[in-house]
Amino acid sequence: MPEKPDRNAIEVRNVSKLFGSGSAQFAALDRVSVNIRENEFFTLLGPSGCGKTTLLRLIAGFDYPTEGEIFLYGKDIAVLPPFNRPVNTVFQSYALFPHMTVAQNIGFGLEMLGKPKAEVAARVAQMLKLVRMEALAERRTSQISGGQQQRVALARALAPQPRVLLLDEPLSALDYKLRKEMQIELKTLQHETGITFIFVTHDQEEALTMSDRIAVMSAGRILQVGSPWDIYDKPAERFVADFIGESNFLKGTVSDIQAGTGQVRLSSGAVIRATLAEGFTPGGEATVIVRPEHARAVASGGQLSGTVETVVYFGTDTHIHIRLDGGELFTVRQQNARSRSCGFEVGDRAGIEIADDGAQVLRD
Amino acid sequence: MALNGLQLSRRRDVRKRWLLSAPALLIIFVAAIGPLFVMLAYSFMLKGDYGDVKFGIFSLDGWTSVLFQRDIFDDTLGLADAHLTILWRSVKLSLYTTVVTLILGFPTAYFISTRPPLSRDIWVFLVTIPFWTNLLIRTFAMQQVIRNEGIVNSVLTGLGIIDQPLQIMHTDTAILLGMVYVYLPLMVLPLYASMEKLDFRLIEAGYDLYASRLKVLWRIIIPLVKPGIIAGSILVFIPSLGAYVIPRILGGGKNMMLGNLIELQFGAGRNWPLGAAISIALMVLVMIALLFYVRNASRSGAGHG
Repeated sequence: MPEKPDRNAIEVRNVSKLFGSGSAQFAALDRVSVNIRENEFFTLLGPSGCGKTTLLRLIAGFDYPTEGEIFLYGKDIAVLPPFNRPVNTVFQSYALFPHMTVAQNIGFGLEMLGKPKAEVAARVAQMLKLVRMEALAERRTSQISGGQQQRVALARALAPQPRVLLLDEPLSALDYKLRKEMQIELKTLQHETGITFIFVTHDQEEALTMSDRIAVMSAGRILQVGSPWDIYDKPAERFVADFIGESNFLKGTVSDIQAGTGQVRLSSGAVIRATLAEGFTPGGEATVIVRPEHARAVASGGQLSGTVETVVYFGTDTHIHIRLDGGELFTVRQQNARSRSCGFEVGDRAGIEIADDGAQVLRD
Repeated sequence: MALNGLQLSRRRDVRKRWLLSAPALLIIFVAAIGPLFVMLAYSFMLKGDYGDVKFGIFSLDGWTSVLFQRDIFDDTLGLADAHLTILWRSVKLSLYTTVVTLILGFPTAYFISTRPPLSRDIWVFLVTIPFWTNLLIRTFAMQQVIRNEGIVNSVLTGLGIIDQPLQIMHTDTAILLGMVYVYLPLMVLPLYASMEKLDFRLIEAGYDLYASRLKVLWRIIIPLVKPGIIAGSILVFIPSLGAYVIPRILGGGKNMMLGNLIELQFGAGRNWPLGAAISIALMVLVMIALLFYVRNASRSGAGHG
């Protein structure tokens, strides 16, 4: 990991965005605050309608916040029109100008900034090289493939050298293989250009593989901000744990809190040590999550016990679904070794061993 | 060469389609193209003494008198100033009408196409309402608005802005106002049809790439709705050039346009060959305008392909 400078490129402070009026009014964003650091690959992750695109549009300037402030390197930009913000966008459907060639598309921003012709031409050539589109410079945008359009959109947005690049689900229109390639290409490009990327997606895998930090959003709020590891291993809320990866949810009571961990007495009577989500308040019943790969099925012993209900083979690993004695279903993911079964069959009694530090107590 | 069954049946299909369109083709021949040939023939005949033509007597008088007139005293040919004035007025007012309806229609169409879908239909409906009323009545309505004792003049004099009523009636301005009023929907509708298809994210992309509002208009919106601009201009320019009722009522007897000149020759002028020649000349003018537009349209069309 390269060292990231500790300076905020974008600061979003208490931003709300209301749409509609009267009883039909709803908040697409509800008092959202987040800091995005310089040179960071930052992802807004959430299901459709969670407000991630709205937040991006507010930063781009296509909409204005109902309340709150947005700072770009300390300067309030929330009320500036989009053409006065040193921020560029890669649109979901690319929005390439159909009446211009590839080169004209890429040069458009520089031309609008009033750069001299020679400078525009040089920069366009440089961008074409960066996205490997030199051969197609004079093509119309309708005469190139989806992946190539994606590259042109990227080159067009990068050409004016924005302080921050906004990407609105730019890979969603591509097929699986091309998407994987573009993920790596985007990541490399971000590293090479050193521009802050704000990336919007609903694809958790995309978010985990590409981002430096992720903000998980739901219903107009940011639920958690953190590195992919934080988000995956230490989800703060049930929504986050559910949206990203698979989880087993257990109930229990927490005692003996110290240094971010606590003693959890599960409803089955078993006691495990678990990390506590930030902002966890003790008292009452708490929810504990265990990722399927952080638990192990064992023939005897373990903190939990139950009966094997189904065994599903996935090639690299096997999912063993165990009905706990308390009634809940618990999934264990076990890595496969060659020519050896997982050792359990439907109907077998099994124990579940949860690794040290393998459980997390949620705050809600 | 033997034809297989598929080719045969395809041939039969084509023949059947011809049959289907036969009634329409018949009407077009009898009602449109036929009379055109009659007009063409009339334009090359000698005029009758009380209208009509002298059948079978070939003459170029009709055509020469489109642009020239014979001097009463020495029989020399001079330019027909009156005809040239009318021709110039027709072309000028039609161009003005096209430009003014474009300037008024463009923002209107843009406004409609940016409304939510449901209210869009209502706006389009409102634009088409004038079509429900006869052209004659709409023209008389315009007369009521602009005449010396009309609404505009009474309001202006009532407010003390002017002492004397503005003489708008029986001027070129009156004809222009009338034509703009009547033909505006013909400009708005094709413009709207074009703008409705416009991807508004392209406009956002323009703003995002530092284009000001004016630059977005010139560099993105206008090139993309050019087919609508061309279609609207054709639809306004052509009927303007041949306008008859509007100049007759609002222009008075003095400010004639080509349509009025043609009517005059077939009526009081009793010069059918001249009327026929002017009609055909008008048609040729329209065709030249159309060709010019079509060439432009196909060029911009290629831009999208």
